[in-house]
Amino acid sequence: MKSPSEQPALTGTLIFDLGSDDSRCVEPPALDVPAIALDEVLGAPRRSAPALPHVTEVDIARHYERLASTNFGVDSGFYPLGSCTMKYNPKINEWACRLPGFADVHPYQPASTVQGALELMWGLQEALAEVSGLPAVTLQPAAGAHGELAGLLAIRAYHTDRGDARTRVLVPDSAHGTNPATVAMCGYEAVQVPSDERGGVDLGALRRLLGTDVAAIMLTNPNTLGLFDENILAITAAVHEVGALAYCDGANLNAILGKTRPGDMGFDALHINLHKTFSTPHGGGGPGAGPVAVTDALAPYLPGPLVAKDADGRFSLADPARSIGRVRSFLGNFGVLVRAYTYIRATGVDGLTEVAEQAVLSANYLKELLREAWPLPYDRTCMHEFVLSGSRLRKEHGVRTLDVAKRLLDYGIHPPTVYFPLIVDEALMIEPTETESKATLDRFASVLLRIAEEAAENPGLLQAAPYTTPVRRLDEAAAIKQPDLAWRPSPDR
Amino acid sequence: MLERIGARSVDDLFSVVPEGARLARPLALPAGQSEVELAEHLLSLAARNTGAGAVSFLGGGCYDHYIPAVVDAVLSKPAFFTAYTPYQPEVSQGTLQAIYEYQSMVCQLTGMEVSNASMYDGATAFAEAALMAARVTRRREVVVSAAVHPEWRETLATYASAGALDVRVVPACGGVSDVAALRGAVSRQTAAVLVASPTFYGTLEDIPTIARGAHAQGALLVVGANPVLLGVMQPPGELGADIVVAEGQPLGNPMSFGGPGLGMFACRQDHVRQMPGRVVGKTTDVDGKVGFVLTFSTREQHIRREKATSNICSNHALNALAAGVHLCALGAHGLAGIAEACIAKAHHLEAALVGTGRFERVFDAPFGYEFTLRFRGEVRAMQEHLLGRGFLAGLDLGAFDAADAGLVSFAVTEKRTRVQLDSFVQEVAQL
Amino acid sequence: MYPKELKYDREHEWIRTEGDVATMGISHFAQDQLGEVVYVDLPSVGDTITAGDAFGEVESVKSVSELFTPLSGEVVEVNETLADAPETVNEDPYGDGWMIKVRLSDPAEVDDLLDADGYQAFLAEEA
Repeated sequence: MKSPSEQPALTGTLIFDLGSDDSRCVEPPALDVPAIALDEVLGAPRRSAPALPHVTEVDIARHYERLASTNFGVDSGFYPLGSCTMKYNPKINEWACRLPGFADVHPYQPASTVQGALELMWGLQEALAEVSGLPAVTLQPAAGAHGELAGLLAIRAYHTDRGDARTRVLVPDSAHGTNPATVAMCGYEAVQVPSDERGGVDLGALRRLLGTDVAAIMLTNPNTLGLFDENILAITAAVHEVGALAYCDGANLNAILGKTRPGDMGFDALHINLHKTFSTPHGGGGPGAGPVAVTDALAPYLPGPLVAKDADGRFSLADPARSIGRVRSFLGNFGVLVRAYTYIRATGVDGLTEVAEQAVLSANYLKELLREAWPLPYDRTCMHEFVLSGSRLRKEHGVRTLDVAKRLLDYGIHPPTVYFPLIVDEALMIEPTETESKATLDRFASVLLRIAEEAAENPGLLQAAPYTTPVRRLDEAAAIKQPDLAWRPSPDR
Repeated sequence: MLERIGARSVDDLFSVVPEGARLARPLALPAGQSEVELAEHLLSLAARNTGAGAVSFLGGGCYDHYIPAVVDAVLSKPAFFTAYTPYQPEVSQGTLQAIYEYQSMVCQLTGMEVSNASMYDGATAFAEAALMAARVTRRREVVVSAAVHPEWRETLATYASAGALDVRVVPACGGVSDVAALRGAVSRQTAAVLVASPTFYGTLEDIPTIARGAHAQGALLVVGANPVLLGVMQPPGELGADIVVAEGQPLGNPMSFGGPGLGMFACRQDHVRQMPGRVVGKTTDVDGKVGFVLTFSTREQHIRREKATSNICSNHALNALAAGVHLCALGAHGLAGIAEACIAKAHHLEAALVGTGRFERVFDAPFGYEFTLRFRGEVRAMQEHLLGRGFLAGLDLGAFDAADAGLVSFAVTEKRTRVQLDSFVQEVAQL
Repeated sequence: MYPKELKYDREHEWIRTEGDVATMGISHFAQDQLGEVVYVDLPSVGDTITAGDAFGEVESVKSVSELFTPLSGEVVEVNETLADAPETVNEDPYGDGWMIKVRLSDPAEVDDLLDADGYQAFLAEEA
């Protein structure tokens, strides 16, 4: 029998299990207009009540506090997830987007009543154009993948307009999964370009693959190995020679702010992940934002409307002349745009360059601390992130990168990205970001080295880790074979 | 750190950047501001958004509902908002369980068996529903009612422009879908019929009849819904819908100048392998404890790459969390009460506006808390004048489609008091 | 691990022929690489399959692999038990883990298959 003082378990108690039938939190306001006969007015009988929770505000407060206590965020500790740029989320951003003048504004208000919002968006468009070296910017896409879709559709429209419909898009073997998925969604065939032994695009292979049936190449630079492709100018030149365009996945922009710009590298289009480079919070999976910046040649095709500023300093909305059409409702993830704008204004020109310098410095430092115990598939200066391989640990001790990741949780550190990019066996991708102290980096390195020792001393310990987290390893196969994707009330209610 | 790396300066670390690409000047951006200056700058920008103080009847897919204080209190917990996607479930049970609960609530509201963890907004969820129907039926054509929000239809057209779908738009009639024309447009090449109830005009559709027309030819029915109205209206899942999508912003999310929103997406269990977006499932850990994980990942881009159900790599987790907390705060009783208040106030205003003689009814169809009337006069001038009197007087539908010139839609939420409604009607009467 | 009486191909399928009907599944190597199989997507009885084409997919928690057929013909039987117990593919890949039976339209295609030794040599090369 449960003791009367026993609290609900930290995990596994659903909100549906709390409260009682007459629990209430918020009541609707008293009706100040005549009541209506709902069935008559709607022309249909009213529904039977949906089985939603019936809880008090105390129940809600405690339930979500319990849930939060089992979650690890950037505010909980070090989060070196490669390719995600888990930098600290400044709280001024949160204050800014909640200002009633931003939060309580409707997207269809007349432009004269939202000049502040439009000015913020225009200012962000300008800042992202400057950072990217590409003059035309749309803030509409809701995420990086969404930006990829918009950018690649713009490229498609560009070719179609020239009566030059092409069929293939080149994607490196190290590419993030969204790249080929986007290629398919845009009706193109994804063709893989191999990487060379230095981890960059194999130029010879690229030249052989390029032809007038290629619409574009999708690249990240620095790439998913954290390496800057020194052949980038030759690559984009070769692409342009066959009349194709170069698309840049901006996930790794944090490494190059103020040092180089995708536009100057020869890219024609770029998406930027505001939730990576520009400090907007990841929110447990979103919302982010994926603005797209393009050359003048691609500008007419962008999804609109964009914010324009006239000679009198008034802001208005205007659709690009040959727009591919909108890719979502309304103007963009404005609440996220406010946070990014705030960050850029706070950090400023010098600060942004320091971001890149510190990010790259910290990554190279960490790489040096770890290289003895952890094989480096590409032994050269990295940018803001680097990839280690856990293959030696697997061969010698039967310990996989997955086991290392789970053991890190016991040390209070979020694991790096694992098993990506696909071209490195047992990959461990580490991105410290610029907001971590040297002490944090030193501790992380010593923990990883300790784990390598544990792998040798007691592989079983790692294979069954973690031990100290709110739940331990979960049966993911059962989740698929006996799917339970929603709570349902029991039939006797 | 430099010493350990063996570099002389940070510049050494960037020597790999070719000369031709190196930025030789500082970025043309202002210097950073101190927090106190920045706060002042942001306040002054926010102050120039004057609409926040006006009495608003704007709708069109984004609604001014009351958000209980407890919602933002939960959203502001750093453990929720600074966390990443829950790929390491052992330290992400908070996010995962909250999403599972959200999924459960979406199923209850929509009457469907499975919900995903959310998408960007209603419009993209709508487009993805069309693509999903094409995969499930292995057909290319989709039939869309012109009564659906024009931005949703435009988003669908953009997604379809790459060639995966052929989109046929069937004109509306009397502010609702022309049900006979819809049925006539459906063939054995049709993957789905797509409608919304309420429509862009606020009117309610005859879902069961539309469903029969779609199913007769083996096509799926996609229905766009309003989540507040689902507190009192028959859920589309019980009326024949195969996929239900919605803009979830009215549940716990501020209007925020149109984004971020919340793309609600629900479908049948049978079709789950073709459903786009993330999904959370319940399972147990090695000690037998209940826990939650992202599941059915093999549908997604990081595994299936160019064969993925979608390129989508995120969800609007924080907005879904807000919706979940909001629904907990209201409960079924509260949600129904809010819906009834909105509907009652809207019907009161509609009758009163018609009563002024300045607006006339055009549609017979029932409506929820948004309705469309024809204005007897110049819409732009009327709205500008009323703005000067402190009112955002509805949506000029002629701005979306010239064929709808003269039509104005009004949304009335529970926040609009009798006093506000009456003074608005008085202003209109004096036009 | 690689029964001598079966044939194999380079996509890690095994094949057992009885008259003009071939039974197919995936080899020990394939199921080991995949990890626990959670779903098998198979064609329907009556479908025509062509040598070299994908006829289905097998999924583990974190991966998907296409199933390729080295033989052409009509699908005459499909292992329905895999719908409820996909892990049978791991537990008994050559027995209860069989996937499809095909009535061959071109029995000569069987000559291109590897025997057990040939398959093991192929595996050693690939490693």
